[in-house]
Amino acid sequence: MDGLDDIVEEFLVESHENLDQLDSDLVALEQEPNSRERLSSIFRTIHTIKGTSGFLAFNRLEEVTHVGENMLSRLRDGELALTPHRTNVLLQMVDTVRALLTSIEANGGEGTVDVSAAVAAVTAAMEDSPAAAPEPVAVPAAAEAPAKAPAKAAVAKAPAKAAVAKAPAKAPAKAPAKRASRAKSVAVPAPAPVPADEFIEDVTPAVPDILSEEPSAAVEAPATGEQPEVDAPAAEGAGGQPRRAVADSTIRVDVDLLDELMLLVGELVLTRNQIVQNVARQTDTDLIRASQRLNLIASELQEGVMKTRMQPIDHIWSKLPRVVRDLGQQLKKTIRLDMEGRETELDKTLLEAVKDPLTHLVRNSVDHGIEAPDARKKAGKPAEGVLTLRARHESGQVVVEVADDGAGIDPAKLGAKAVERGLITPDALARMSPTDVLQLIFLPGFSTAAAVTNVSGRGVGMDVVKTNIESIGGTIEVESDPGIGTVCRLRIPLTLAIVPALTVECASDRYAIPQISLQELVSLDAEKAANAVEEVGGAQVYRLRGELLPLVRLTDVLGLTSERHDGHVVIAVLRSEGRRFGLVVDRVINTEEIVVKAVGGQLKQIGLYSGATVLGDGTVALILDVQALARRALRTETAERQESRASVSSAAAAETERQRMLLASIGGGRRVAIPLDTVTRLEQVRTDAVEKVGNREVVQYRGAILPIVRLDRHLGAYGETDREVLEVIVYADHGRSVAIVVEEILDIVDGEAAVRSDIDDLGLLGSAVLGDRVTELLDVRAAILAADPAFYSAPAANASTPSGVHGSYLEV
Amino acid sequence: MTSVTDYAASDAMASATSGQLATFRLDGDLYGVEVEHVQEVLRSQQLTRVPLAPSAVAGLINLRGQVVTAIELRERLGRPARPEGTDAVVIVVRLDGEAVSLLVDSIADVVDVDAADFEAPPDTLEGQSRDLIRGAYKLDGQLLLALDVHKAVSA
Repeated sequence: MDGLDDIVEEFLVESHENLDQLDSDLVALEQEPNSRERLSSIFRTIHTIKGTSGFLAFNRLEEVTHVGENMLSRLRDGELALTPHRTNVLLQMVDTVRALLTSIEANGGEGTVDVSAAVAAVTAAMEDSPAAAPEPVAVPAAAEAPAKAPAKAAVAKAPAKAAVAKAPAKAPAKAPAKRASRAKSVAVPAPAPVPADEFIEDVTPAVPDILSEEPSAAVEAPATGEQPEVDAPAAEGAGGQPRRAVADSTIRVDVDLLDELMLLVGELVLTRNQIVQNVARQTDTDLIRASQRLNLIASELQEGVMKTRMQPIDHIWSKLPRVVRDLGQQLKKTIRLDMEGRETELDKTLLEAVKDPLTHLVRNSVDHGIEAPDARKKAGKPAEGVLTLRARHESGQVVVEVADDGAGIDPAKLGAKAVERGLITPDALARMSPTDVLQLIFLPGFSTAAAVTNVSGRGVGMDVVKTNIESIGGTIEVESDPGIGTVCRLRIPLTLAIVPALTVECASDRYAIPQISLQELVSLDAEKAANAVEEVGGAQVYRLRGELLPLVRLTDVLGLTSERHDGHVVIAVLRSEGRRFGLVVDRVINTEEIVVKAVGGQLKQIGLYSGATVLGDGTVALILDVQALARRALRTETAERQESRASVSSAAAAETERQRMLLASIGGGRRVAIPLDTVTRLEQVRTDAVEKVGNREVVQYRGAILPIVRLDRHLGAYGETDREVLEVIVYADHGRSVAIVVEEILDIVDGEAAVRSDIDDLGLLGSAVLGDRVTELLDVRAAILAADPAFYSAPAANASTPSGVHGSYLEV
Repeated sequence: MTSVTDYAASDAMASATSGQLATFRLDGDLYGVEVEHVQEVLRSQQLTRVPLAPSAVAGLINLRGQVVTAIELRERLGRPARPEGTDAVVIVVRLDGEAVSLLVDSIADVVDVDAADFEAPPDTLEGQSRDLIRGAYKLDGQLLLALDVHKAVSA
C-alpha cells in the first residue's frame, strides 16, 4: 500500500485539490449559472483528471469523468442549461470521483467503487431537455432510491438511502414542488430516521408523473457518495495504523512566499554571523551558549528553507529521453540515454534556469556528437551511441555532465575554424592549449550552422548556453577526446540566494569570491615567493605542481595599490571557463556564507562585480565576478606576453624532452640537480650508523652494505659535518645500491628551462638555470663510481636490462 | 541651439510645480528634492569604495542589510570635494523601487514651494550642474535649487 507510484501520488494530491475547488465552483455556479468562466474552469479540472486517469489506467475513473466532461462541455457551449438537477448529478459525479480517489489512495486500485450509477445519472441528466420542469427533478431521483435499494442490496448503502429518503419525505409536507436544493437543505437537519417506505407513499402521489419521466438515472448517486466512507475505515483497518492521506501530507505554497522566506533567512544568517562574531569577544557563558544555539538553529532553518525549494534534477531530465529518442529517430541514430544521479537536488529556480541549456546540450550531443551508426562501426564502436547524463553534488555545487561517446571535437579543426572566422588570431591560437581551444566553441559568433558542419559538429548556440549558465552563477566547460567522446560539464551553485564565498582583502578593502570558482589557496612567504613567482615575458606566473599558473594581481585589475609590502604572496587559484589563473590578493580573511545583494545599475556596468554583500561585521563587500575578471585580466596578459613568447618560441621548439630533476643542496650555497630517473629512494640515515670499510664509508641498509658517497666532498664543497642525520639519495640497480649524501633535498622540478651551459667542474655534466638559480648537473655515473668503483662492472645475477632505474620505487 | 532652449523651457514648465521640497546644503548653496522621493536621512555612514566605478559613486553603504549605492553630490555637481574632517549627511531616496543615497553637506528644512516662484536655471549655471538642476525657487533671501533626482543618481 505504500508502494504508491510517485506519479499516482502526485495525481492524487493534485486531484484532491482540484476537487475541493470543483465543489465550491459548482456551488457558486448554481448562483450564477451562466458564468462561462466557472464552467470552463470546472471543465478543465475534470478534463485533467480524465486525461491522467486514462493514462494511469483507472478505467472507472476515466469513465465517470468522461461523461462528466461531456455534460460540462455541452453546458459550457450553451447546449444545455444548468439546472439544479444537473448541478446535483455533477456533484454526485464529483463525489464518485472522490470515492475512487480515496480507494486508489488506500488500496492502490479503484476497489469496489461502483460508477455505473453516477454515469447513468449524468447521462440521463444530459438527455432531458432544458425546458423540462427542472425544479422537482431531484425529488423523484431521491425518491426512487429506496425502491432500488433492495435490488442493489449493499449493506453500506442503507443509511445513505435513509438520508436521501428524508428529503422527499419533508418536501411534500411543506411544498411538494420545492427546488431540489431547498429540499436538500431541509433534509439534513431532519431528526430521527424513519423507515423509508413510509414516506414513499407520501411522496409518490405528490409527484407521480415525474417519477416515470426520470429513469433509473440519478438514483444510485447518493449511495455511491456514501460508499467511500465505508471503504475508507476498512482500508485503514487493514493497513494497521491509519496513515496520513497523501493530500494532507503536502501543501502547495506560492513560490513567491518561499522566495521571501529565503530572503528573510538570508538576513537571519547575516545577523547570526554578526552576533556570533561579536559574542566571540565576550566572556558571558550564557550569552555564548545562546549564540551557539542561535548559530545552530539558524543553520538548520536555512537548510530547511532551502530544502523546500529543492527538487531532484529528474524533473527536467525526465523529458530528455523523449527528446533523445525523437531526435535520434529523425537522424537515424540509435542512442541510449543513461542517467546517473537523477535524485540530485537543486533549487527550483536554478532547475528552471538550466532546463533549456541542458536540453540544448543534449540535442547538440545527439545531433553532432554521436556519429551515424555506419561511421561508428567504421570507427570500431558499437552502432548504438551512448549519451550519459550525470549529476552529483561536489563541494557545495551541483555538477551536471552531458557526455557522449561520439566523434569528439578536434581542437585543430576547431582552432582553424575560429581563425577563419576571425575570432582569434593564428598567433593566439598557437599559444593555446588544446583544452583552451575547445572552449572557443563558447565564443559568440561561433554559433552558426556552417561552423557546425565544417568543424566536427559542435557549437550551435553554445554561447547562449554559456550565457545562461553564467547568469545563474554557474560555469561551463567542455572536454573532448577526438574519436572517443565529448563531455560538457556544468557547475551550478546549489542556490542563488546564499553563496559560500571566500573573503579576501585587497588594498584594505574586502572582497568576496564565490567558492564555486575557487580551487585552492597558495600562500608563499617572502623568501619562497621571490623564487616561485617567475616572469614570463613580463607576465607573472607561478609554477603550481609543474603547471604554469598565470597570475593576476587584484590590485592591478582594480587600479589600487597593494598594502602588502612584506613580499608575502597569497594566491587564490580560480577556475573560469576551463582555464585556471591565480588571483594575487593581500590576504585571505575567511570563508563565509554570504547573501548576494544586487548592486545598482551604475556598478553593474563596470562588469567586475556580480553583486555585493554585507559581511559579518556589517561592512559591505563587493562580490567579484570571476568570469569577467578572467576575461578582462587574461586577455590583456596574453596580449602582453605575445611578443615575448614569439621570440622564445623558436628556442622552445628545440627543447625536446622534459626531464624531471631532483634538486639538492650540498653546502656552500651550491645546488645540484640529479635526474630523477636515477633516484630510487630518499632516505635519512643516522650519522652514528655510518661505518667504515677501509677508507670508504658504508651503512647497513636493508640487510646489505650500502657504500656512501658524500657529494659535498665529492664535488669539493664544504657542508656541515656534524649533522646527526644524513639526507641520502639511494640509487639501486642490478641488485647493487649506493647512497649519495646531500645536505638537503630541496625540490623536484621540471628541467625544461635549461639555459644550459658547459661551464662545469669535476664530477659535473654542466650547469643550468633551474628555478632562477644556477644549478649544477651531477654526473651521476662518476658519483656512483666514486662510491662503488665496481658498480657498473660487477655482474648481477638477475640482470636483464643493462641499465635504467625503476622510477616507480621512488618513495619520498 | 534652439532645440536646447526649447528643451530647457519645456522642462522648466514641467517642473514648475508647487509642493514640498526637502532641502539640504551643498558647498554653500541650498538645494531641494521632492519630499516624496526621500526615504530617510542618515548621519554619515561607513562607505565601501567601488574601484573602477564612476567618480561620483562614493561607495556602498549598508542600510539595515540592504546594499545602497552612495552618490557624492559634490562630485556630481562639479563642486570641490568636501573639506577634510567634515562628515557627509546621507539622504536616501527611493526611485522606481530602488534605493539610492546622496551625500550632501547638511540637511535643512522641508520647504513649501510655490510654482509661481519657479524660474528656469539661471543662464550662468554651467556644465554638469545645469543638467541636474531643474530650476530655482526664489525664496526670501535665497535661491532654492531644485535637483533633478533621477538625473543626479544616474551617474
